[in-house]
Amino acid sequence: MLLSCTDVRKTFGANVVLDNLSLDVAEHEVVALIGASGSGKSTLLRCVNLLTEIDDGVVRLDGEDITDPRVDPDLVRQKIGLVFQSYNLFPHMTVLDNITLAPVRVHKRPVAEARSQAMEWLSRVGLADKSGSYPDRLSGGQQQRVAIVRALVNSPRLLLLDEVTSALDPELVGEVLTMIRELKGEGMTMVLATHEMGFARQVADRVAFLDKGRVLEQGPPSQVLGDPAEARTRQFLARIIEAGRL
Amino acid sequence: MTAPHQPSRTQLERIAYRRKRAIRSTLIAAFSTAVVGLLLYLGVTGSPGWARVKSSFLDWDIAVKALTGRDNYPSILSGLWLNIRLMVICTACALALGLLIAILRTLRGPVTFPVRALATTYTYSFRGLPLIIVIYLFAFGIPGLRLQGTPSVTVLGAAAIVVTYGAYLAEVFRAGIESVHPSQVAAARSLGLSYRRTMRHVVLPQAIRRVTPPLLNDTVALQKDVGLISLAGPIDAIRAAQINQAGTANFTPYVVAGVLFVLLALPLIGVTDWVTLRAARRQNAGN
Ligand SMILES: Nc1ncnc2c1ncn2[C@@H]1O[C@H](COP(=O)(O)OP(=O)(O)OP(=O)(O)O)[C@@H](O)[C@H]1O
Ligand SMILES: [Mg+2]
Repeated sequence: MLLSCTDVRKTFGANVVLDNLSLDVAEHEVVALIGASGSGKSTLLRCVNLLTEIDDGVVRLDGEDITDPRVDPDLVRQKIGLVFQSYNLFPHMTVLDNITLAPVRVHKRPVAEARSQAMEWLSRVGLADKSGSYPDRLSGGQQQRVAIVRALVNSPRLLLLDEVTSALDPELVGEVLTMIRELKGEGMTMVLATHEMGFARQVADRVAFLDKGRVLEQGPPSQVLGDPAEARTRQFLARIIEAGRL
Repeated sequence: MTAPHQPSRTQLERIAYRRKRAIRSTLIAAFSTAVVGLLLYLGVTGSPGWARVKSSFLDWDIAVKALTGRDNYPSILSGLWLNIRLMVICTACALALGLLIAILRTLRGPVTFPVRALATTYTYSFRGLPLIIVIYLFAFGIPGLRLQGTPSVTVLGAAAIVVTYGAYLAEVFRAGIESVHPSQVAAARSLGLSYRRTMRHVVLPQAIRRVTPPLLNDTVALQKDVGLISLAGPIDAIRAAQINQAGTANFTPYVVAGVLFVLLALPLIGVTDWVTLRAARRQNAGN
């Protein structure tokens, strides 16, 4: 297993957000996390990236316990890319500087090399002409693609994507979807939280339904989304269909 | 190729109307400014004591003498050179000190508690303490200790200004640092940047940009308060003016020093306005 979460517990005060949650992700696998708003999808991703400290349990990356306090979180994060729902690009830097910040400052790569690699990625996602722009001059879909590229240039072992399509209109969802499919084709391991069932169906090898801080049900998208075993999953999907998001 | 856009008749009318209105309001502004200026002039020069005030505050001969230092009086101009040097050095040191204290105050964790507590105590006490008292304490108190290698009164006075303004600037910097959204820190950390690198490359550049207008404003205040160093004894522009005034029983030297201080502050005030305007524009351009 590339990533394995075992009995992970996270509380905010009296609010038990992750309740002994367990989830394994194999190398080259794409797992979609679904679940109601507030079910803890973002919290789980933040815990895996060590931005939030867990209260109990173990998270392993490549078999190494990364939740051990003796582990340097900066080194762990260098192996895990996280793309935030709200992009979180650095507004004072150009697109190119956003992308090359970590390669140059953290991975100590030569500036010229980091730049040419960033430009390659930008051309791949159709944004080469935006390399000198500041983030506030970009559309939502463009910012989201830059955010994904920014995570990718560090060659992470694992890519975590938090609702990368939620702020986008259907056409822009298509742009980001294409990009993620290509990454999947290249064998990138990904965990993505999403409210778009169509998106989950198209890219995920496995869908995990989070409820009450646990993985209530998981399996291939066709099974979990088409023929769920649990009553709670059916309820959740029925509401999603009502809202027209399937 | 599309043909160049031809403004419609409606748009041309709008442009003509806007132009007419702009001309009218410029004329009104010019007229009312002239009226107010004239009234002020007549009010001041027509007052019963004007002749005496003019001779004791605006005497041209005395002004020239004080400025150049004839008749063995200290020259305000050479005093001003001390002020200028102090302004530059004190501004640089106060900015550096303020930034350092602000960063110390944002540290987390039990190990850094003493540093944090010290920094907090410092900003709390020195913002409340009048600058004059700090100058007296530094310039007369520290030499009183009779330690070896005590620096000159000028250096001690400058240190008093740096320490006082450092406390104000620290709070401005801290406000800037705290205005940077936590998601920016999360984004930087998620890329593997250490806390230090996150501060240096992500938080501080955004924070400093945001607080540049208030920082410059405090710097303008620092520039003029450098004149308070005259209280400790060194002959700066104000002290020179005071000695001239004592010798001639005429207040013109103070006016001369005051005008010079205003002239010195003008460039920085101009820069402050420009930066503030640019920041406001950028805010409006983004969303
Ligand atoms: N820093 C925090 N402090 C306190 N409570 C928090 C914090 N972060 C998250 N929570 C709580 O944890 C719960 C799970 O939040 P989380 O953001 O993980 O949900 P989510 O599944 O990502 O929801 P959504 O689909 O709306 O993004 C919520 O009840 C939220 O209020
Ligand atoms: Mg979320």
